[in-house]
Amino acid sequence: MSPSGQGRKVSLAESIGAHLLLVVAVAFALYPLLWVVSLAFSGAVEPTPRVLPVPLEPTLEHLRGVAFSTLEVPGEPDRWLFGLQLANSIVISLATALVGVVIAVPTAYALARFDFVGKEGGVRALLATQMFPAVASAIPLYIILDGLGLLGTRSGLVLCYATTAVPFAIFQLRGAFETIPRDLEEAAMVDGATRFEAFRKVVLPAARPAIAVTALFAFMSAYNEFVLAHTMLGREEMYTVPVVLQRYISEFSADWPKFAAGSLIVSIPVMILFYIAQRHLIAGLTAGGVKG
Amino acid sequence: MVAVTARTIVKRFGATEVLRGVDVHVPDGGFAVLVGPSGCGKSTLLRLLAGLEEVTSGEIRFGERDVTRLAPRDRDIAMVFQSYALYPHLTVRDNLAFGLNLRKTDAATIAGRVAEVSAMLGLDHLLDRLPRALSGGQRQRVAMGRAIVRRPQLFLFDEPLSNLDAALRAQVRVEIRKLHDQLGATSVYVTHDQVEAMTLADQIFVLNRGVVEQVGPPREVYEHPRTRFVAGFLGSPAMNFLDGVRVEAGGLALPGGQTLAVRDPAPFGPAFQPGRPVSLGVRPHDFVVRADAPDLVVDVELVELLGPELQIHARLGGAPLTVCLDSQSGVARGDRLPLAVRALHLFDPATGLSLRA
Ligand SMILES: Nc1ncnc2c1ncn2[C@@H]1O[C@H](COP(=O)(O)OP(=O)(O)OP(=O)(O)O)[C@@H](O)[C@H]1O
Ligand SMILES: [Mg+2]
Repeated sequence: MSPSGQGRKVSLAESIGAHLLLVVAVAFALYPLLWVVSLAFSGAVEPTPRVLPVPLEPTLEHLRGVAFSTLEVPGEPDRWLFGLQLANSIVISLATALVGVVIAVPTAYALARFDFVGKEGGVRALLATQMFPAVASAIPLYIILDGLGLLGTRSGLVLCYATTAVPFAIFQLRGAFETIPRDLEEAAMVDGATRFEAFRKVVLPAARPAIAVTALFAFMSAYNEFVLAHTMLGREEMYTVPVVLQRYISEFSADWPKFAAGSLIVSIPVMILFYIAQRHLIAGLTAGGVKG
Repeated sequence: MVAVTARTIVKRFGATEVLRGVDVHVPDGGFAVLVGPSGCGKSTLLRLLAGLEEVTSGEIRFGERDVTRLAPRDRDIAMVFQSYALYPHLTVRDNLAFGLNLRKTDAATIAGRVAEVSAMLGLDHLLDRLPRALSGGQRQRVAMGRAIVRRPQLFLFDEPLSNLDAALRAQVRVEIRKLHDQLGATSVYVTHDQVEAMTLADQIFVLNRGVVEQVGPPREVYEHPRTRFVAGFLGSPAMNFLDGVRVEAGGLALPGGQTLAVRDPAPFGPAFQPGRPVSLGVRPHDFVVRADAPDLVVDVELVELLGPELQIHARLGGAPLTVCLDSQSGVARGDRLPLAVRALHLFDPATGLSLRA
């Protein structure tokens, strides 16, 4: 719909039509979200079906209820339970992203640039491990973590997440490195760089958007993961937020307003992260380095 | 500055032998151009000189120094890539300074050199831009600047102009030669553009299928091609070849029954024997109109006006022939055109070698 690009004027009818379509699409996408917001701020106990997602008897009670849950251990001062859980989630997700990227960057680079014995077989084996959903390995992972004494720990869960995050990141980054022209590294080496310097000063910066996306993706999948977290984490103060949220709608009592309030709160770190990542994600950073 | 010597270079990729015993010598301050058809191994040879590939066998020396096994960064060279290979995340200034920064040159020297080079190439107003905000011609200039700023012993160019449009290419070509004359650095330049080869080179190396077919100054290679391949490769339009020609007393029997008199067979030596089959080569520009006593007469099939000259597509006893004449010569389609030949080349039909001793 670019009038100048097409060399013709867009008629009023067309313009209205296009906007109408977009409004409908946006409404369609946002409507459920607005319901969550409305639910989180509604004082009414039972969510009653209505057309417009406007909070009834607006209140902050649910938000407070979720955010200021406390852990009461006899003989100890009360601790801020939700704070612990949110921190757990963030630490575990950041660690997963970090482990994923740190392992995947050199691996993917090697796969993209070098030929070595067993390369194709290795890649195929790696791909094969990705055919099974992570849940399928929940039981073996449980046994392994138990054996390592890492059951119920954050590092144990990070290890579980890494089993999927690392291969995924490798494939993602391998593709990214392959799109970076070899000429760039060769130019750097002729300019006086060692192979490692060429990698660090030219390839890594050129791959930065892809690395940022990969890290973000690893973070998100860890942050959202439920089944493994539910399986591996025992004590309440070790829970990650998906497990916390799930407990509001357990089979005995479904506290939808609290669930909604919790969803909103846990979205905040993700939004902050996306905001920070944005400047790394500027598309086309490699454009213009080499012709074409 | 330094002389470059490559001896009996062989390069294999797996089973394919890309270079089959190549010798190259470029004197200190010389400008060598490697030409040849696509896939003949030009880039490979250049990359061997740069150290980006390793020789299978052979030896490379810069001056007295054996660099055969040295890494690119230890060879003190600069290279301009066909793709320019500008660092996409660095500004023009940082692209220019990249190599100097790596060598821990002090900041004042770097600033001075960058200023000098950007003035030389007219890059001053672009220094703070990223490569993606530059036009093709500007990127090319930055790539040149990045090479010059390091003051290397040897410049390597791999088709540096092939991504520019024709007008810009001609302009930058002239600038490259001027820069060379000004800096005096030894240069090796790869191209498949014969105009670049003819105009830039002190010495042309014509490569074909991994061997050097001929080396020499442009004029010599153009006027005395040693093989039919070289003769056909250099010159535009390409040289005409007539096969099925036979030497007879005092001349050449052409297909179609005409006889081309050879006034001075001496340069061809003993090879010029009656009865011997030869390939005849005549450049399109080596024909002139001669109404009285022509060497041969051709049938004009098509006449194209290319500004200052006519490019005439004709036939001689069934064989196609291209003739270039002055645009005023008034030749028209269907004419029987009487021509004289100013220079001719004879090749052995089997080996393709020139008969000229
Ligand atoms: N890394 C490689 N592995 C295998 N074969 C290669 C490799 N690099 C080049 N070749 C082969 O070597 C031959 C010569 O390649 P080269 O790039 O030197 O040609 P060129 O003369 O530069 O051609 P062009 O004019 O098209 O650039 C080609 O047949 C090419 O396929
Ligand atoms: Mg090439």
